[in-house]
Amino acid sequence: MVHTSLDVVDEKISAMGKALVDQRELYLGLLYPTEDYKVYGYVTNSKVKFVMVVDSSNTALRDNEIRSMFRKLHNSYTDVMCNPFYNPGDRIHSRAFDSMVTSMMIQVC
Amino acid sequence: MEAAAGGGCGSGPPLLLSEGEQQCYSELFARCVGAAGGGPGSGPPEAARTVPGTVTAAAGPVADLFRASQLPAETLHQITELCGAKRVGYFGPTQFYIALKLIAAAQSGLPVRIESIKCELPLPRFMMSKTDAEIRFGNPAELHGTKVQIPYLITEKNTFKRMDDEDKQQETQSPTMSPLASPPSSPPHYQRVPLSHGYSKLRSSTEQMHPAPYEARQPLVQPEGPSSGAPGAKPPRHKASLIRSFSVEREPHDNSSNYPDEPWRITEEQREYYVNQFRSLQPDPSSFISGSVAKNFFTKSKLSIPELSYIWELSDADCDGALTLPEFCAAFHLIVARKNGYPLPEGLPPTLQPEYLQAAFPKPKRECTLFDSYSESMPANQQPRDLNRMEKLSIKDTADFPVPTQDVTSDDKQEQNKTRLALKSTADEALPKDMSEDPATSKDSNSLKARPRSRSYSSTSIEEAMKRGEDPPTPPPRPQKTHSRASSLDLNKVFQPSVPATKSGLLPPPPALPPRPCPSQISHHNVNSERSAHPKPPTQLPNYGDFRLQKQSEQVSEAEIHPQLNRAPSQVAESSPTKKDIPHSQPPSKPIRRKFRPENSATESQEPPSTVGGPVSAASGKPHAAVQKQSSKQKKAIQTAIRKNKEANAVLARLNSELQQQLKEVHQERIALENQLEQLRPVTVL
Repeated sequence: MVHTSLDVVDEKISAMGKALVDQRELYLGLLYPTEDYKVYGYVTNSKVKFVMVVDSSNTALRDNEIRSMFRKLHNSYTDVMCNPFYNPGDRIHSRAFDSMVTSMMIQVC
Repeated sequence: MEAAAGGGCGSGPPLLLSEGEQQCYSELFARCVGAAGGGPGSGPPEAARTVPGTVTAAAGPVADLFRASQLPAETLHQITELCGAKRVGYFGPTQFYIALKLIAAAQSGLPVRIESIKCELPLPRFMMSKTDAEIRFGNPAELHGTKVQIPYLITEKNTFKRMDDEDKQQETQSPTMSPLASPPSSPPHYQRVPLSHGYSKLRSSTEQMHPAPYEARQPLVQPEGPSSGAPGAKPPRHKASLIRSFSVEREPHDNSSNYPDEPWRITEEQREYYVNQFRSLQPDPSSFISGSVAKNFFTKSKLSIPELSYIWELSDADCDGALTLPEFCAAFHLIVARKNGYPLPEGLPPTLQPEYLQAAFPKPKRECTLFDSYSESMPANQQPRDLNRMEKLSIKDTADFPVPTQDVTSDDKQEQNKTRLALKSTADEALPKDMSEDPATSKDSNSLKARPRSRSYSSTSIEEAMKRGEDPPTPPPRPQKTHSRASSLDLNKVFQPSVPATKSGLLPPPPALPPRPCPSQISHHNVNSERSAHPKPPTQLPNYGDFRLQKQSEQVSEAEIHPQLNRAPSQVAESSPTKKDIPHSQPPSKPIRRKFRPENSATESQEPPSTVGGPVSAASGKPHAAVQKQSSKQKKAIQTAIRKNKEANAVLARLNSELQQQLKEVHQERIALENQLEQLRPVTVL
């Protein structure tokens, strides 16, 4: 599921050649017939991609909320990256990061 | 059931305490009271009933105890209010017991209400230092010492589990590392051995002088602990015990109140140490250490990467990827604590936060001697209890740090000297400031006793290090028989470049001018000496000196010299060594006065590789003649000759090492061949 969405993200990135600075991509297109969920993509300047999968049952998610969530995610991610012991690509163990993410998710749900 | 106790406290609700709880609470109360300055033992509740408030626990230890329960601050506030302490203004036994009950309730997940304490509750759990009394905590069912050790370990595990998920790998170790009880005593001891190795590398690579102050801290810290704890001050026993393994010693020592958040306070000595480590990484104390530098440094502590990552996350408050001095101290402190077995906190303790650290330990600016400042700061020494743990931490550290002092190389010793001087200055700067900020405690007498001892410790070790450090640099000051007049100049010129190479703080800074002509001269003479793999006239011989290091540094700076150097050693290496023994007589550490011998041997050793020397001799003849002509320039001549000798020495030393390597290789081949031969022999025989 996430991998297919990654493919779509790559397509989008390669498509938007000039607008690489655009940080936000919202696309609600990945609605499979059996699994109704929405996938949001977000790309940072360093080509790090955040993919958010949301149940469609949650109707109250507005565009702005998604964007703010991504922004917070991005900020937390940069904080994690500041840690010199963190190897890019490893699973993020940062407690602050986790707490932020969970709080965000709780807030949404 | 002590229903009477409940009935006695008129201000609070009826308090039902089981026997076990009663016992625990009275002990806790006694400790809090005792820690405050000596109160009666376990104040029986009857006394409380009759005269409420006669026995009060001081707010300090009580607050520490409550913090030890690991409950959030708001909960503790609530509890304090509910138990009535705020109302009556003190922590009497009833209030204390109620508070303990509320803590137990909170830890069990119940809301902090008076009603919740009416039911049967487990004992409150306190993350405290591991004493016999504490063993009884954490297990509602069992209060016996031996049995409770296991449940305590379980609670230790629980507390550990509350930490990072990545610390799971540490969990199995954590019960062993918990400084509790006899069973884990050997594992922590074992654990500390590799820790000491890890730190030995750390220390030896950075500053070796710190073991000395740490040794100083060791006796220092010990008496401060019991003095702050008040009851049963046992300085001598603590000193002896603390030097030994971890867990066993901590129990008796920790009878005085030690609370888990106290290890997060940084003592002065530790602070100095951290500051000096910071300086070793980043000369400017007001600047910060970059992430990669800090990473390399902390990686030497041999903690796992996730733990280091977590520590970084805690300590880098502004998440900028760099550590300022307070951040660095906090990180270092956390690492030290972790290595000594303390579980990492959930969040940065208040005493480790950068603002606190900056306020408590302003950056030092002044300078005085290390030990004088110790005596000054004695009466003004720090916080009461925090030293207990910190003492242990620093003691463990000191136990680790002295180990690597023996593994010092000459370069490190020189670094030590320099850093020791730096250490002195920073330590002194920090200490007087601490004096002004921290109130004097009753530890003065103990600390006074401790300081002189610490001085002896540190002074001896520093002296040793000094001596060791002095060995390499001593050659220059020794008078040279043939160049008494020019010796001083030579030395200055010689050692100016060598100072940056060796980082020796003992050598006086040479004047700026002389070295400038040196490189040009040296380059000139390097050229000559490179070609001069040949016997030189006797007048040139006396100028050989042990300036290998200098020569190397000069050579690095001189590009033209480099290819020549490479040429010469390679050429020399190619020729079969006929006189390996001769280079042996020119060890790098030999002082200048051995010039004559190495000179002679150098000339002799240069004879075999004279294949290169042939065409060079003609060239070298020219400068010799030029030098000899002018008597007024004799000094220069001597100096240049000295440099030539140095360079030749360096070349020969390299040759020596290369030849030795070849020799080793040949030996190994020979051994291999012999082995093969032996293997083949029985085959043929059969």
